[in-house]
Amino acid sequence: MLSPYSMLSPYGRQGCYGADMSANSKKGTHILPLRLYLGIGIALLILTAATVTISQIPLGPYNLVVAMCIATIKALLVAFFFMHLWFDNKFYLVIFGTAIAFLGIFVILTMFDTMRRGDIYQEVAQPIQPEAVIYEKAAPDTTRDHDTTRALPSEHE
Amino acid sequence: MTAHPATYRRDLLEHYSDPSQQRDSAKLGMWIFLLTEILFFGGLFCAYAIYRAWNPDIFYNAHKSLDLHLGALNTVVLICSSVTMALAIRSIQLDRVKAGIGFLFATLSLAAVFLVVKFFEYSHKFHLGQLPGKFYTYAGIKGTNPHLFFSVYFSMTGLHALHVIAGMTAISWMIYRASRKHFSAQYYTPVELTGMYWHLVDMVWIFLFPLLYLVG
Repeated sequence: MLSPYSMLSPYGRQGCYGADMSANSKKGTHILPLRLYLGIGIALLILTAATVTISQIPLGPYNLVVAMCIATIKALLVAFFFMHLWFDNKFYLVIFGTAIAFLGIFVILTMFDTMRRGDIYQEVAQPIQPEAVIYEKAAPDTTRDHDTTRALPSEHE
Repeated sequence: MTAHPATYRRDLLEHYSDPSQQRDSAKLGMWIFLLTEILFFGGLFCAYAIYRAWNPDIFYNAHKSLDLHLGALNTVVLICSSVTMALAIRSIQLDRVKAGIGFLFATLSLAAVFLVVKFFEYSHKFHLGQLPGKFYTYAGIKGTNPHLFFSVYFSMTGLHALHVIAGMTAISWMIYRASRKHFSAQYYTPVELTGMYWHLVDMVWIFLFPLLYLVG
């Protein structure tokens, strides 16, 4: 029988029923060498030292670019080796990639919006006031209009 | 369970056909949870991007009041804790459960060190009045709205610290279960999922550190 999980499994449909359990449970596990974990740890520490050092050199806008590139490399090292994405079922990589892709869409489109407002049409909105007006507690319906006008800052002052 | 008396295992739930299927679906669920976590933090990263794009000078001036050494120290502490977490899983995969418990304790201690450093950073800022929004009273930073930086700083590091506490709770639970001999080379999925969560916490800090402490 083809179940959704057997489609996900890197080992296909085999090993579902009646197979040797002890052999099965070994499948899908990745015991990585100790040297790899320590090597990745040392690489992460070296990259941390590098990003701190480079941040002290004024490069203008490239400081942010370099810092983000180094952080991305570090995050990928963590994801691929500590979280085993490199060795595991590639479907997990698809989920991780989906999260990153949607985060990218979210941030990039927001930045297009907020940095390019008013480029085509002049902005007509008033600037947001630093302190919002706190209205008085809602009064009964009959007197609400009166109360609201009183709560608003008076233009005559 | 009665359907498979010969192959019954305490750690295999009856609606799975074999341990690898159970493990695969657990990891799939955990990855989907981590996806929601990435998007959860993504909202704050987006807020950071907007405020920094609007007020680059304030971010540059205000970030100087953060202690770079403490931030770098915490980065090193979290990276080391990720290594010990990975080694804890490896030890249990090799059936060295006692060594695994040791590494889990090491991870827990490093997480505690992270929170202690964070506590000193926070209390220093509370003392100076470098607080978010309308609680901001510090006068030493040039710019019109320096409290914006601290609003972002406290939201992002605060949410991250809550995740550290959640991770510590999960690790403590794993230590308890491992000491009750729940885990072996055949079954260690809960430890693996805890590790994935912990690595995600580390990954978020990897981005928070340059964004907050190293504004160029």
